[in-house]
Amino acid sequence: MAKHETPFLDQLESGPWPSFVSDLKQQAEVRAKNEEGVEFQIPQDCVDDLLGVLELSYKHGRTHWKHGGIVGVFGYGGGVIGRYCDQPKMFPGVEHFHTMRVAQPAGKYYTTDYLRKLTKLWDFRGSGVTNMHGATGDIILLGTTTPQLEEVFWTLTHDYNQDLGGSGSNLRTPADCLGSSRCEYACYDTQALCHFLTNEYQDELHRPAFPYKFKFKFDACPNCCVASIARSDMSFIGTWKDNIRIDQDAVNKYVENDAAYPSNAGAHKGRDWGPFDLEKEVLALCPTGCMKFENKKLAIDDANCTRCMHCINVMPRALKVGKDTGCSILCGAKAPILDGAQMGSLLVPFVEVNADNDYEAITEVIENIWDWWMEEGKNRERLGELIMRQGFQKLLEVTGIKAIPQHVSYPRSNPYIFWKEDEVEGGWDRDVEEYRKHHLR
Amino acid sequence: MSELLDNKEAATKAVVDWMTKKSKNKTKFYFKDFYKVFPDDKPRLIKKVITKMVQEEVLEYWSSGSTTMYGLKGGGIQHSSEGEE
Repeated sequence: MAKHETPFLDQLESGPWPSFVSDLKQQAEVRAKNEEGVEFQIPQDCVDDLLGVLELSYKHGRTHWKHGGIVGVFGYGGGVIGRYCDQPKMFPGVEHFHTMRVAQPAGKYYTTDYLRKLTKLWDFRGSGVTNMHGATGDIILLGTTTPQLEEVFWTLTHDYNQDLGGSGSNLRTPADCLGSSRCEYACYDTQALCHFLTNEYQDELHRPAFPYKFKFKFDACPNCCVASIARSDMSFIGTWKDNIRIDQDAVNKYVENDAAYPSNAGAHKGRDWGPFDLEKEVLALCPTGCMKFENKKLAIDDANCTRCMHCINVMPRALKVGKDTGCSILCGAKAPILDGAQMGSLLVPFVEVNADNDYEAITEVIENIWDWWMEEGKNRERLGELIMRQGFQKLLEVTGIKAIPQHVSYPRSNPYIFWKEDEVEGGWDRDVEEYRKHHLR
Repeated sequence: MSELLDNKEAATKAVVDWMTKKSKNKTKFYFKDFYKVFPDDKPRLIKKVITKMVQEEVLEYWSSGSTTMYGLKGGGIQHSSEGEE
């Protein structure tokens, strides 16, 4: 028997899709029965009260959660988000219902043993409700009380070799794709870079001093499975400098509709799309029109290729990314709070990803950007907004990167050029006497 | 690093005095507010000193989840939105 009547929430279960309401009801029941004999450290009926307060919010059309507070674990400024219910008498089980962010493993590789340990801990010291994973990528543990925070943190760090993630004005937990661990398109080892930068920037992750949040995300190829180009202030996207590798025999197998060479590696074979048509499905869809197929030979004008990955995705047995690989760095993506949503802008077209020198070419760019943003960024201003406010040219200046055509998104609309003194021969000083020799007063 | 920031006691006193003086109007401060206390120092150096003050429990973090602010330990509202009394 449910603790609270929830007619509005029940309606959310009526659609064809899985419902979080059903999950919460199931969890409320599991806690009520407690067949495993867990010694719950927070109210046993907290999930019932969670459903109750949500129902009330639907009824009133407004939230009954307050957020923010000093809650956290000692020495960390992030990883815990204070959540309090503003109707504690009606819903005492969720009076304090804090969220904990836990750093997800690189590439989101888990062992079942780890997941069992994690859920066991959270059943014991929290609500048992999780969100795998939050928008930043972390493991989200939803709902516990203040006294449990240090306890959970101790177990995570001492027994599970596991750290909290980022929240607040911190570097957020870096997130990556599974990269070269499984994917043949990988142009660099995202997990190695993600892990290195997570360790390198522990201070930035746990001790907040940025104007606002800052996110890194890593995609090993331009397919951008992690969508780093849209989801992170600094996006590291794998790319290559040389040419796409072509296996002409395999190209012809695709053209001949050989059954062992299904287009898109057979990803769309659940439906009959008719025979594969190279012209229609690949050449005509190349955004720069840099491909042609003549006399059974595919040619690519690589200088005009924008690494869209379409041809490689369609014919993975015939085309492969180049061998001279690295990554591009894009900056300034953000969600639409101010000035609308933005995708990242290309800052570094190609940089080597070299673990042997501790990725120094990458960390140099990162730290120059942070220095600028910490000095010039306004409170709660994302990097993308600072770039818009001060200009992309300023970003180039602080990172010491020379402007190149790839940085230009459209022709200039402002006809004025304001030179800096060091860009003008002789600077602003002039020899008045010399001038007067040729020009009368 | 400025002499003020380099001197732990003086730096702590400057921060506490400044925050106490402002405490009539607000009790939570952005990190950038400390730039006014240490105008001659770089943000990263200021961060090191401010972090130490948090570890020594002179200051404490306050987080909304998206933004983090700093307050004197135990000062002002301990949870929910700043500005509510």
